[in-house]
Amino acid sequence: MAAEDRISITVKLFAFFRENRFIEQQQQFPAGTTVRDIILSQGIAPEEVGVTMINSRQCTLDRIPVQGDQLAIFPVIGGG
Amino acid sequence: MADKIFRVNMSTLSTAIEDVPTDWSGLGGRGLTSTIVAAEVEPTCHPLGGKNKLVFAPGLLSGTAAANSGRLSVGAKSPLTGTIKEANAGGTAAQMLARIGCKALIIEGLPKGDSWYNILISADAITINEETELAGKGNFDVVAAVQARTSEKHGIMTIGPAGEMKLLSANISIKDPDSRLRSNGRGGLGAVMGSKRIKYIAIEPTEAKVEIADPDKFKEANRTFTKALVDNPISQALGTYGTNVLVNIINEAGALPSRNFTAGQFDGHEEISGETMHDTIVERGGKPRHNCHTGCVIQCSQIYNDVNKKYKTSGFEYESIWAMGADCCVDNLDHIAEADHLMDDIGIDTIETSVAMGVAMEGGVLEFGDGEGICRILREDIAKGTPLGRIIGCGAGSVGRAFGVTRVPVVKNQAIPAYDPRAIKGIGITYATSTQGADHTMGYTIATNILGVGGSLDPLSHEGQVELSRNLQIATAAIDSTGMCLFIAFAALDDATCLPALVDMINARFGIHLVADDVTNLGISILKTERAFNEAAGFTNKDDRLPEFFSEEPIAPHNVVWDISGEEIDTFWNF
Repeated sequence: MAAEDRISITVKLFAFFRENRFIEQQQQFPAGTTVRDIILSQGIAPEEVGVTMINSRQCTLDRIPVQGDQLAIFPVIGGG
Repeated sequence: MADKIFRVNMSTLSTAIEDVPTDWSGLGGRGLTSTIVAAEVEPTCHPLGGKNKLVFAPGLLSGTAAANSGRLSVGAKSPLTGTIKEANAGGTAAQMLARIGCKALIIEGLPKGDSWYNILISADAITINEETELAGKGNFDVVAAVQARTSEKHGIMTIGPAGEMKLLSANISIKDPDSRLRSNGRGGLGAVMGSKRIKYIAIEPTEAKVEIADPDKFKEANRTFTKALVDNPISQALGTYGTNVLVNIINEAGALPSRNFTAGQFDGHEEISGETMHDTIVERGGKPRHNCHTGCVIQCSQIYNDVNKKYKTSGFEYESIWAMGADCCVDNLDHIAEADHLMDDIGIDTIETSVAMGVAMEGGVLEFGDGEGICRILREDIAKGTPLGRIIGCGAGSVGRAFGVTRVPVVKNQAIPAYDPRAIKGIGITYATSTQGADHTMGYTIATNILGVGGSLDPLSHEGQVELSRNLQIATAAIDSTGMCLFIAFAALDDATCLPALVDMINARFGIHLVADDVTNLGISILKTERAFNEAAGFTNKDDRLPEFFSEEPIAPHNVVWDISGEEIDTFWNF
């Protein structure tokens, strides 16, 4: 695959998703990768995911991020 | 043993134990405090004068084995907002009051002279005693002294120096199972207790149990209910990270008010986050999980130790940490923990006082980021009642007026908490329309706007926000009447077994036959009762508005303003 077909995404993890992983990382993905694909590539089960945001806006798991996006992945959490 | 109304008249220093009026028999918690305040308090009265009444009520299920049912409601006319007020907290008092058969404790009148008093209540007696030793003491000393006088098992409801000084942010503190404190925090109820010259109320322990009409049905429903709570993933996260798990997600959503509500994200968010707090607690030998009352299966409280591994604070909540942290730009969790501890001891609301500090920072009283300065002002000014301490201790609105600051985040003079209404529109509707001034817990739209609980609704859109807030405010008023912790709502919104089990428990406790609609109708009736009190006190729809800076100053990163019109807000009450 040509370099221009790959995109760089900032992946941010929260709460117990950070265990044995990371807080924030730049990662490369083939263009067209969905949020769900990115979640799976971290070894996280999509059903454990509560909220995903791209650039601080909520998004669905089918969303396709573009070059430079920030993707935040949260487990099911709450408080108040 | 039938439940009774316990009444204390501080004008005559007399007491009475009365039968429960029929109209009040189906009520508990907030439903009962608001009904009593509406029935017995002149809406236009001075909140710190002789006509106001302070009402304590356990919930309908408090004192039973029902999981998470230990919340105590306290109500009065609020000296901070001028509206009706109910604040609820955990601790041991609700369960103990229920077990001695106290459906509500009503304190009325004002004593002559400048003596302080304490009150001791048991199943068949109320005693008013002159208090000669504890005036001026902080809450932790009060709890230690009262336990030495009585027993470690006595329940204690106390005010600190803030309540004695009638500061408008003063709270009422409730002893928890470890002899530490939970707070009926908002609206200055501690000042009402201080106006009545009552330093503390102690509750005698009893072996008696709350009567259950159908014990087998109750046990079965409680099993289902408990399972729904325990299985809920949000309960599990709350037990690990506490409510402070929200710092990072609200920051990510661009709705974490920072630097006195001038930005929606805080550079130091990671330092004050639930994740950092959890790791710090574990490193220092504290406890990430802790229950504020017996029977809690969520355990969102914690034991936070200082750097020397000594106890510093518990019940270290997101909204408190946000207020001292992001809003005041303090990125040092130990400074925030110290301030939290000091505020518990002084007996002052952590949200109101910390938002007031943020306004004071804008007014030039101290620098943004000065966590040590916050602690110094708490110790040297608020605890001692200097003029500056009294200004800050009377809340964010008070500081704004004294220092000429116009960016004052309050509704009905009560500080807006931890979620910016420009970036989360639903919570703005709750702040505007709540019967009690700005309060996230009145209708927690964050669940649906941000957390994906009870569905999902874009936080930046107009659509559906009024309806979301209305439905949640109605449900919350009902839940606040049961003695249940509001965090049962996460399970109730997404687990179909939870709410029916709760209704079954109420039915089994009292031998009645409520259905889900009855619970909704209870919530509606409470909101309407509270609204009618406020209208009679002089409030109109024009008071259901956010401060104008929210409409004029866009907040980053979304660069949005508050743009829901007054007419749209007013449709909230169309029910």
